[in-house]
Amino acid sequence: MRRLLLTAALAAACASAFAQKSAADGIAEYRAMLADGNPAELFEAKGEELWKKKRGPKNASLERCDLGKGPGVVKGAWVELPRWFADTNKVQDLESRLLTCMETLQGLSAAEIAKTPFGRGEQANMEALAAWISAESRGSRMNLPQGHAEERRMYELGKRAFFFRGGPMDFSCATCHGEEGKRIRLQELPNLTKNPGDGIGFAAWPAYRVSSGELWSMQRRLNDCYRQQRFPYPGYASDVTIALGVYMGVNAKGAEAIAPAIKR
Amino acid sequence: MLNKKTLAAATLAAALVVAGCATAPAPAELDQQALAMLKASFRDQGIAKVDRLEQDLGQKACSSDKPPAESVAKQIEAEAMASVRWPEGGRYLGDWREGEKLAQNGRGMTWTDASADPKANGASCYNCHQIDKKEISYGTIGPSLWNYGKLRGVKDAADPASAAIVQYTWGKLWNSKAYAACSNMPRFGHMKLLNEEQLRHVMALLLDPKSPVNQ
Repeated sequence: MRRLLLTAALAAACASAFAQKSAADGIAEYRAMLADGNPAELFEAKGEELWKKKRGPKNASLERCDLGKGPGVVKGAWVELPRWFADTNKVQDLESRLLTCMETLQGLSAAEIAKTPFGRGEQANMEALAAWISAESRGSRMNLPQGHAEERRMYELGKRAFFFRGGPMDFSCATCHGEEGKRIRLQELPNLTKNPGDGIGFAAWPAYRVSSGELWSMQRRLNDCYRQQRFPYPGYASDVTIALGVYMGVNAKGAEAIAPAIKR
Repeated sequence: MLNKKTLAAATLAAALVVAGCATAPAPAELDQQALAMLKASFRDQGIAKVDRLEQDLGQKACSSDKPPAESVAKQIEAEAMASVRWPEGGRYLGDWREGEKLAQNGRGMTWTDASADPKANGASCYNCHQIDKKEISYGTIGPSLWNYGKLRGVKDAADPASAAIVQYTWGKLWNSKAYAACSNMPRFGHMKLLNEEQLRHVMALLLDPKSPVNQ
């Protein structure tokens, strides 16, 4: 029913937009209208519960998980990820860090979770956790650390990945996200080579997607970008996805986080 | 004393250089690390295999925020021009109605598509271009193609006076890099995204005086 209502609202918003003003204005209006009742809240509530719940072979919660600001500190953690972690000696994004915590604290298999398709089993839990943890930084400004040499190295690798052209259509991330003011069909494209502004691009994901009724994490967003780029399949939490996160996140320094946002 | 100081300064300088190397790899080394990272991060899925990461000259030269050297760009363009296969019997135009369908269709070549046969693909034109003004959902990565043939004075595509623009358009669709080394546009003929018949239909959409694009 909710999906039906949303679809009807979209149709209505678009129809009026085409009649009176630019389609982009209409869509912005539609998004603002929906933001009051962003269904991401349901995922956030589930995520908070999962964080505190004792689960896995070790029957433990995630409340001792260190997301970068000390064990158990969730507020403000998301706007500083990806970052370098001493215990794994790796730069990790939110999801790869959660994999580490789920394995070390709860005894779940990180490799198994990484192999699970999006939206199913532990991946559905991952999306809820990402929704809640990002929401705990809502209104804060992107502030990824670049103090560690590995963080700076990953930025450089992410930049190279961003401009890497390949596949049957010669696309790179920069083909769509390297200039201001471009669109695919009616979809506006943020320029991710610099700070694209408050709540745009990296500062908006995870997000609730009205078209599919799903909560998409940043990993899932990147995965679908690469699908449309006609590239092969990026591994979940693989280095290329984390390097791109560092590149986009550092570029977005100072942008206000609105995740989980609501998208078409 | 002086010697001791010099020695200390030299030692410090050497230590800084070593530390510098350890913390900041040289650009060429980062290039190699990035390639290794990509190789390790992707896997085959359906029709989208990891060999899609193997770059040709143009893809490689156009993979940074800076354009390639003039000489490299010229080489890419010359090789692309030489790759163009001109249509059999000089038949350049098909049916603009079929061309419009292809222009609207953005499907094909992803890992969720079953077949890489051109027949399974659209031409994705509206993703990036305005074409027929009646379609308001168009992208802006490429220039507007509204009135494409009309603006270029094409009254009859078979007229020798139109030959230059007709051939340019075929070449652009077959291998866009023939005219701009780092063009954002896919190489529809060269990369087997569309077959000759499909290309003729797209050509008609752009160049046929009867096409709605040229009204």
